[in-house]
Amino acid sequence: MKLKKNIATSESGFIFNPSTGDSFSANGIAAGILAEMKSDKTEQEIKTGILARYDVRPEQLDRDWDDWMVQLKEANLLDN
Amino acid sequence: MQKLKYERPYIKKLNTGMLNKFASANPAQAFDAIEGIPVKKLIEQYGSPLFVLSEKRIRHNYRAALRAFNTRYPKVQFAWSYKTNYLSTVCQIFHEEGSWAEVVSGFEYQKAVKNGVNGSHIIFNGPGKKREELLAAIENNSLIHIDHFDELYMLMELAASSSTKPRVAVRVNMDTGLYPQWDRFGFNYENGEAWNAISKIVQNNKMQLIGLHCHIGTYILDVAAYTKATTKMCGLAMRCAKDLNNPIEYLDMGGGFPSNNVLKGVHLQSADSIPSVDDFAEAITTTILNFGFEKDKLPLLILETGRALIDDAGYLLGTVIANKRLANGRRGTVLDFGVNTLFTSFWYDHQITPAQGTSTHTEPMTLYGPLCMNIDVIRENINLPVLDPGDHVVVHKAGAYNMTQWMQFITYRPAIVMIAESGETHLLRKAETLDYVDEMEQTPELTKSKAVEK
Repeated sequence: MKLKKNIATSESGFIFNPSTGDSFSANGIAAGILAEMKSDKTEQEIKTGILARYDVRPEQLDRDWDDWMVQLKEANLLDN
Repeated sequence: MQKLKYERPYIKKLNTGMLNKFASANPAQAFDAIEGIPVKKLIEQYGSPLFVLSEKRIRHNYRAALRAFNTRYPKVQFAWSYKTNYLSTVCQIFHEEGSWAEVVSGFEYQKAVKNGVNGSHIIFNGPGKKREELLAAIENNSLIHIDHFDELYMLMELAASSSTKPRVAVRVNMDTGLYPQWDRFGFNYENGEAWNAISKIVQNNKMQLIGLHCHIGTYILDVAAYTKATTKMCGLAMRCAKDLNNPIEYLDMGGGFPSNNVLKGVHLQSADSIPSVDDFAEAITTTILNFGFEKDKLPLLILETGRALIDDAGYLLGTVIANKRLANGRRGTVLDFGVNTLFTSFWYDHQITPAQGTSTHTEPMTLYGPLCMNIDVIRENINLPVLDPGDHVVVHKAGAYNMTQWMQFITYRPAIVMIAESGETHLLRKAETLDYVDEMEQTPELTKSKAVEK
């Protein structure tokens, strides 16, 4: 679940993939997760941080995390 | 420390290229309250899904439509189209405002009588009137709109043995330039059937032919169609007076005015492309006034407007059950109401908005209902903010036809409430229960014993 090394992200949620030229916009929470993924935090560390900051149940976050991975995979942003 | 509001993480691919001629899409604004009452509170109190009607909007719509006509024409009468919404409270509001009742079945006729409508103010339309229903209508002095020759002959027979002379009108269908032409209601104008029916009634002398009726279509976006229809109706009325010495007391132009919902398949329909009631009023009244009737012999103009008077007074509130990814990566969202509840989703791309604050990020999605049926699609493609299970949505302009055409299929039909002009909410119809659904069922002894054996 590692992001590709060359993916560029900004704090405001702009994502750029220089290999394909694709760009994306992320909502606030997605931008935060991307920043943490870039700093090599583990899935568990990121989830613990979200649960501490946001009003969300762990089961809901787990479901959304799976969907998040599907989105990143479809967008070709993950290292294989 | 208070926790931040959570939103599902979401990325959206940005497409660059030609500038979009429609500029940027409007972010869906949260619609969290109806006439000041929070959606959340309504759902907590009455459950989800829930239909909500606004008394204020119904009365406003009626008065505006009446004003559009009676400021242009001296003799106007609206008749509330029961099939559009026959909740007793809704009908009574229209009757209180001065509307007659327009019914299309024995059941609707009974409802109108139960609602206290004077028999002479009930218009009985429809192609399926039964003998006993016609008898009741004759006894009550109602206006019977004859749909076909079989009905005409049955009426002649009933009239022969009745002490009351039935008050009737002939339903006329015609070419108004609309496609497809609605030719299933009444007698055709162009092939002479309508005139044939009129002549038979007058010659028979057992009935009073006092009106002419037409119902040229539904959700009509072309004002010119009404001009053509009115011209033909006036021509027939004039001919009745001159050739048969049977002046016509009223012209009933039926229904057909659109609401401002978006029809499926119409490219870029906007509010500007939908004619207003004033536009229709101008076309119809100008045609009658210019046709050559003597000033004191102008026919009464009856309108059976339904949809345009109530569609935007109704909302359907619902809740997100689940989210999923479809095979092509698109988002699919499952709501707690389906096509069984929101029947008009077969015709309209309903405006649907979230009922709680959201971020500006939207994602394209398909909205499904909860039925285990492939056809249960509320919106095939809509851009909405990220929705989570438990979030509420509001369907707008759901007041017409849904509360009559809905089906008890797979799920129970939900409750209906009305927000009164005073601001209070009143329950108009309770949500269905198993006891209600089972009430009409019979369980034969045979199956009972087999069930016991198991």
